[in-house]
Amino acid sequence: MKDVRIWGLKRSPWVYHVAAASCNNCDIEILELLTPRYDVERFGIVLVGSPRHADALLVTGVINRKSLPRVLEVYEQTPKPCLVIGVGTCTCNNHIFRNSYNAVGPYDKYLPMSAYIPGCPPKPEAMILGVVKALSKL
Amino acid sequence: MSDEASSTKSRRIVPIGPYHPLQEEPEFFKLTVEGETVVDLEINLGYNHRGHEFISPELTYDQIPFLVERICGICSNSHPLACVLAIEDCCGIKPAPRGAYIRTIVQELERIHSHLLWVGLAGHFIGYNTVWMWAWRYREHILQVFEMITGNRNHYAANKPGGARRDITKEQIPEIRAALDIAEKKTVMLTKAVLDDPVIRARLVGVGVLTREQALAYAVVGPTARASGVDIDVRRDDPHDAYSDVPWSVPVLPEGDVFAKAKVRLLEIIESIRIIRGCLDKMPDGPIQARVEGVPPGEGIGHTEAPRGEVFHYIRSDGSNRPLRHKVRAPSFMNIASNVVAVKGCSIADAALTLAAVDPCYCCTERTSVFEDGKLKYTGKELLRLSWQKTEQLRGKP
Amino acid sequence: MREAEAGLRALVHEVEVYEHNPKRLYIRVPRERITDAAKYLHRERGMRLSTCTGIDTRDGLEVLYHFSEDSTGTMYTLKVLAPKDDPSIESQAPWLPAADWIEREMHELLGIDFPGHPNLVPLLTSDTDWEQGRYPLRRDYERRSEQHEE
Repeated sequence: MKDVRIWGLKRSPWVYHVAAASCNNCDIEILELLTPRYDVERFGIVLVGSPRHADALLVTGVINRKSLPRVLEVYEQTPKPCLVIGVGTCTCNNHIFRNSYNAVGPYDKYLPMSAYIPGCPPKPEAMILGVVKALSKL
Repeated sequence: MSDEASSTKSRRIVPIGPYHPLQEEPEFFKLTVEGETVVDLEINLGYNHRGHEFISPELTYDQIPFLVERICGICSNSHPLACVLAIEDCCGIKPAPRGAYIRTIVQELERIHSHLLWVGLAGHFIGYNTVWMWAWRYREHILQVFEMITGNRNHYAANKPGGARRDITKEQIPEIRAALDIAEKKTVMLTKAVLDDPVIRARLVGVGVLTREQALAYAVVGPTARASGVDIDVRRDDPHDAYSDVPWSVPVLPEGDVFAKAKVRLLEIIESIRIIRGCLDKMPDGPIQARVEGVPPGEGIGHTEAPRGEVFHYIRSDGSNRPLRHKVRAPSFMNIASNVVAVKGCSIADAALTLAAVDPCYCCTERTSVFEDGKLKYTGKELLRLSWQKTEQLRGKP
Repeated sequence: MREAEAGLRALVHEVEVYEHNPKRLYIRVPRERITDAAKYLHRERGMRLSTCTGIDTRDGLEVLYHFSEDSTGTMYTLKVLAPKDDPSIESQAPWLPAADWIEREMHELLGIDFPGHPNLVPLLTSDTDWEQGRYPLRRDYERRSEQHEE
């Protein structure tokens, strides 16, 4: 059963986007992937409206105190196995917010990360490459 | 194959931001309804609070523009610009003339891409996904120009105290002009398509009205203010950089509804194109940076007109290399608060659009939910669907 | 002298006006007169409240009210000082909705009280993972960074 799921995952990853205390730049770039110029749907990558349908979480931001409980809930709700892909430098190491009283990330303190896509913001091509690389690890 | 395709299509939901299915935690926009009418709005901030004002005093004046750039990814140039204007105000200096023109060009390019982004989102909110795809496709030309002249599609690091960080070369100018030509052509086409469509008019006209009195009481700024008849624009009222050197005008409309807000933004794109062309025509040669010897003890205020309205920065200096205090106020801080009055009396199908009409930061609209008698009635996702349904009903009318 | 400045001086005799440049005025106002001064600038002179800045200074907790005279592009900043042992300034929110949120923010990040505010609850900080009464923008707040110089 697990093999079938992984086969399905590689063929057409359904992705849920989680933004936790981000500046929205990475989030907009993620949505850019759907627009005609990049059009990731031709790779089968589809953005879904609920973590319950997701194979992969695209996460952004440094996570702050208010958004952390929500991040954890979303992860709980996502069926396993799932990929967790950090988009943007904020997800790698808290970036310039590391000394803030309110930033409690990065994500790998709480979730098992499958891939990191650094950049501020990463170019859409880098995001696609990152997702593809994460898929190939399976 | 076709079954697979259609089932994928029906399961494909493209949200504006993640809609959280759980209901227990505080929502960003919490609407209360009676029947199909919104009677109250509660707003919960804090999901993006990262403590910029706390971090700022630890950085030097050269570093701070990089920090404030990342307050918002869409108004990414406005914050560093207002910040360096505050530093220059404290120092009592003006930027190098060529640098001033470059700053103006970058700022207006940002306005174009931000307004196109909003037009796309508004289209999505009322179920016109073609508008969304078009607007974001044309936006790409502007982002390519940014990448060419600053090295990045977003977060341009274009501003520094005393001028601009990078020059625009002669070779780049024809490409900039070409991108402006496309943007102008497509905006005119989009404007006609959007504003002349009777269904879109029916969705936007008279919806989510913010009266002039309310706009003044909440001190809203930007297109939100100008669409309610409040004639303010920092670029004209307290000009900086090249704004008083080139001809342009400020669109103001009295109706205060979502239609007026959309129209103001579309007209502003055309004005931004005018400003950039004017700057390219008149841009002087010379250095792009003026010398800054150090920031004396004192205070400085810098403000500029971001796509969403006035961005305000205040600096207090003790003469050292770091500020004693750095205050940042983004335009959405004023505008989102006004939703409390704008959305009251709205029908539930119009609520999502009304909340988005002030052009809040993308993440802000991600959590919306609707309660009646204390019980959850609709999630944000369902709210969007109600909006799409209304459009379909209007389309069906003879 | 500018009309607004003259009117303010006539209303509140104890003001001290500092002109940094023709577009930037800083006006010190006694704490108990802030409502009169703010109402004058907004209601009589049609000025818009851009925002407020709260600052923890050696002399006490200072609040700056930044009013914009959009017709001339001039910023009139009213400055009010409250002593550390009584950090309280009358709220402007009951008559000016534009002051509502910023007073809440100054309350939670600096510990300034605004009596009369209709809803002085935290605006930004978490209600589950943040102890109220910690004021990150105060000078004595403990910082993680080693680079910060006192």
